[in-house]
Amino acid sequence: MSEKKIMLEARNVDVFYGEFQAIKNIDMKINEKSVTAFIGPSGCGKSTFLRVLNRMNDYVEGFALRGEIEIDGEKIYRKSVKVEELRKKVGMVFQKPNPFPKSIYENVAFGLKIQGITDKAFIEERVINSLKQVALWDEVKDQLKKSALALSGGQQQRLCIARTLAVEPSVILMDEPTSALDPISTSKIEELLQDLKKKYTIVIVTHNMQQAARVSDDTAFFYMGELIEFDKTDKIFTNPSMEKTESYITGRFG
Amino acid sequence: MINVATKNRIKDKLFEYWGVISTLIGVVLLVVFMTDIFMEGISRIDATFFTNSPSGLKPETSGIFPALLGTLWILILTASISIPLGVGAGIYLEEYSEKNWVSSLLEINISNLAGVPSIIYGLLGLEVFVRIMGLGKSVVAGALTLSLLVLPIVIVATREAIKSVPNSIKQAAYGLGATKWQTIWTQVLPSSIGGILTGVILALSRAIGETAPLIVVGAAAYIYDAPDGLLSEYTVIPMQIYTWMPDAREAMKVNAAAGIIVLLMITLVMNGFAVYLRNRWQKKVKW
Repeated sequence: MSEKKIMLEARNVDVFYGEFQAIKNIDMKINEKSVTAFIGPSGCGKSTFLRVLNRMNDYVEGFALRGEIEIDGEKIYRKSVKVEELRKKVGMVFQKPNPFPKSIYENVAFGLKIQGITDKAFIEERVINSLKQVALWDEVKDQLKKSALALSGGQQQRLCIARTLAVEPSVILMDEPTSALDPISTSKIEELLQDLKKKYTIVIVTHNMQQAARVSDDTAFFYMGELIEFDKTDKIFTNPSMEKTESYITGRFG
Repeated sequence: MINVATKNRIKDKLFEYWGVISTLIGVVLLVVFMTDIFMEGISRIDATFFTNSPSGLKPETSGIFPALLGTLWILILTASISIPLGVGAGIYLEEYSEKNWVSSLLEINISNLAGVPSIIYGLLGLEVFVRIMGLGKSVVAGALTLSLLVLPIVIVATREAIKSVPNSIKQAAYGLGATKWQTIWTQVLPSSIGGILTGVILALSRAIGETAPLIVVGAAAYIYDAPDGLLSEYTVIPMQIYTWMPDAREAMKVNAAAGIIVLLMITLVMNGFAVYLRNRWQKKVKW
């Protein structure tokens, strides 16, 4: 079996919000074309760490980062890196579906249009492809001009994923993408992840342990800003090395 | 002996009556005033009132043409000065400026400026625009002065409108690689334009009713032509009303009343438009 390429690597990463240290000395390597789940109790730093990966925390007051993060061979906190370029490569899906108050079509086309792409045929092809990839095409193909806000929550979230896919990222970060959705929409998105990981590297934060077990290849357990354990998902859920991991996944705290 | 429940009910009723009376006083006074003005002025309102110039000798055929055009000039100039500046400042304060003591000091000052008496702005305009910049008693000097007056309102309205755009929408745009400006231009502004416009229109409708600052910066008491350029002399409707009002002749009083009707109608139309815009955008954008 050939070793997968490493897509994302963190070395000695510390994150501060003012005086408060949210992330403590994290080292991590994430393989390409895999699903990695971040689990841990609220406030453990998993969302912070996720947002650090496409520099969404840059705008947070008092934010500071030490250490090095490398994605696809690029050290993303170097001064020479343009955040906008980075975010095209490292897309993000949020907890609550957040479509723009525009048409379905315009939502998916947005990422391309802000890059200055004006070729209509090209944009249309990308829009259609992206909608097909998230299995939304059949549901919306006759109403592309309709407002995205008219879609159901689950459809909105798949639209948000399609919107991210349209700019062809290599990594997709998902911050509890199903926590606001019903079980059927949730399972649709979980199925989708299995398709998407053939092409993309996916990192997903989840509070739902079963979800982590179902969808991910690797699981990282965070606690109080530290990375307690990071291993194959099977191993984490059946035979964790750390006592803390075991008590968390068996529901003894958190 | 009245028990506590009855006592509380009486208090409750009394408060309700107090509320009704307070509301009625405002409404009744307004209706009385409006009827009075309409009875007096409506007979003077015909086409010639809008097309004639005022005349000190022939009050019966006096019109508000120069004042009406002057008000339009002032309105358009004030809008084109105060909208870009006010919206720009609002965007900066809300989206770009760092939150520290300098910015909070700035914020407090802007909010306070909205409450400064308008004649103070007149004095400022007189010194800066009329004298130092040498614009004289021109329509542009008047518009600049009124722009100062409405800027704080426009800034505050812009900030409030921008604030109502959910952070999640901005995050989504940033997440797709949009710059701050692209996010503002493609997402924040389109979603908040209704609120911004409402604020702008309300501010402008206040501006066109202002007399005090324009007296100070030299709007003319009697003028027979509409402005024909930025440096032209001018008058505005409230100014015209103000010069007709103290005239002893009965026909002049009628003119003043007719002028008030026209001014009221303009403000009413503008405010109605603001309400329309607000409702339309509220329906279009719901989060």
